Amino acid sequence: MTTAAKILTLVKKDLLLELRQQHNFYGVLLYIASTIFVLYLSLPDSPEANVWNSLFWVIQLFVCVNTVAKSFIQENRGRMLYFYSIASPIEFIVAKLIFNAILMLLMSLVSLVLFFMFLSNPVSNTLLFFVITLAGGLSISLVFTVMSAIAAKAQQNAALIAILGFPVILPLLLLLMRLSKLAFAEVFRESAVWQLIGLIAGLDALVIVLAIILFPFLWKD
Amino acid sequence: MRKSWWKILALLLLIYTITAGFLWEVPRLPILNETIRNLYFHVCMWFGMMIMFIISFVYSIKYLASNKYVHDIYARSYASVGTVLGILGYATGAMWVTVTWMPDQHQSLGAVLKEPKLIGAAIALLIYAAYFVLRSSFTDMDKRARVSAVYNIFAFVMLFPSIWIIPRLVGSLHPGSPGSDSGNPALNKDDMDATMRVVFYPAVIGWTLLSVWIATLRIRIELLKEKSLLDAA
Repeated sequence: MTTAAKILTLVKKDLLLELRQQHNFYGVLLYIASTIFVLYLSLPDSPEANVWNSLFWVIQLFVCVNTVAKSFIQENRGRMLYFYSIASPIEFIVAKLIFNAILMLLMSLVSLVLFFMFLSNPVSNTLLFFVITLAGGLSISLVFTVMSAIAAKAQQNAALIAILGFPVILPLLLLLMRLSKLAFAEVFRESAVWQLIGLIAGLDALVIVLAIILFPFLWKD
Repeated sequence: MRKSWWKILALLLLIYTITAGFLWEVPRLPILNETIRNLYFHVCMWFGMMIMFIISFVYSIKYLASNKYVHDIYARSYASVGTVLGILGYATGAMWVTVTWMPDQHQSLGAVLKEPKLIGAAIALLIYAAYFVLRSSFTDMDKRARVSAVYNIFAFVMLFPSIWIIPRLVGSLHPGSPGSDSGNPALNKDDMDATMRVVFYPAVIGWTLLSVWIATLRIRIELLKEKSLLDAA
């Protein structure tokens, strides 16, 4: 099998597992719904755009931690050994990155819809915000996939993912919050917008490259 | 003597820094006034921190390449000294902020501290705090060394843009952002008066040498502690 085919098979396997063991998926969905419901109850009826934006990205962050956290923990030692014998570490991590990105994009969409439902819609350019949300979900999922790969090697991993990931994700998150103000009809210089997009894309590329370089070292036990 | 010349040099440079830094004439700009003397300490801490983190990063790469446990001890020790320097840099910066950026005392410190440069520095400290938490969560030595080396490399590379690129793109009160006239804080020769450079450059070298000295002492202690393990390996 070629590398691409192997990656595809691994992604398919993860998707299939997710479909068979739906409790994970529904668990995260319920997490999103209840968090946003709590926000709905605790906030004034239509929060100010800036508050809305900050809350949205913070929720994205926590949703991602919950979504991605299980991706390496669910693989027990025996199964890892099996993967070790059939795939290279690069194929394995790329497959995980793709799978988590797909999952996170889905969750981002769900939380966006719920935000619109419960917390009104202060966004002036909804389509643009939608695109930025997808880009943001992708960026966050990439970083946390690597973090969960690292944390899976330690014992108390669930808490560790957040501790390890937050400082690393901070610059990305701040850039995303800034960029999403674009959809709130805030005026930017055109060069500033491209600069932000370039930085976010650059950081994403950096994470992917680092994941591919570093994962082989985490892999061997 | 041949091996300790740099320690003597560090001592001499620091004596020079402290005496000349406090006694020599400095240009008095509005607002800054005499507080500019803090430059000899505050900026040097960040220089030192960055150099410590770079050395730690290099040893982490070396560890992954060679699997020699000694490199892990090096990486860990340099990272811890770097963290201490970062905290000192933050402390000296906070003192400076209270007299320069907050002329009226009604401003809240929280609003002032939301500066891109300060966020970058906070991220750096958080990353290395997380690095030590990660280290402490392992019981297996080899695993701890390998996984924390991976995190060190990943985090350092991600830290790079948040310290060196992003603060240069957005406006800030801190020197070295596009809003101010200067490009690179500390290294731009137009930024600093000639009389200050005479003290500043030796100060950077002096503080850096001192931090390397502290790190080597830590490394020696660690090596002694784990001597039995290292001999067995």
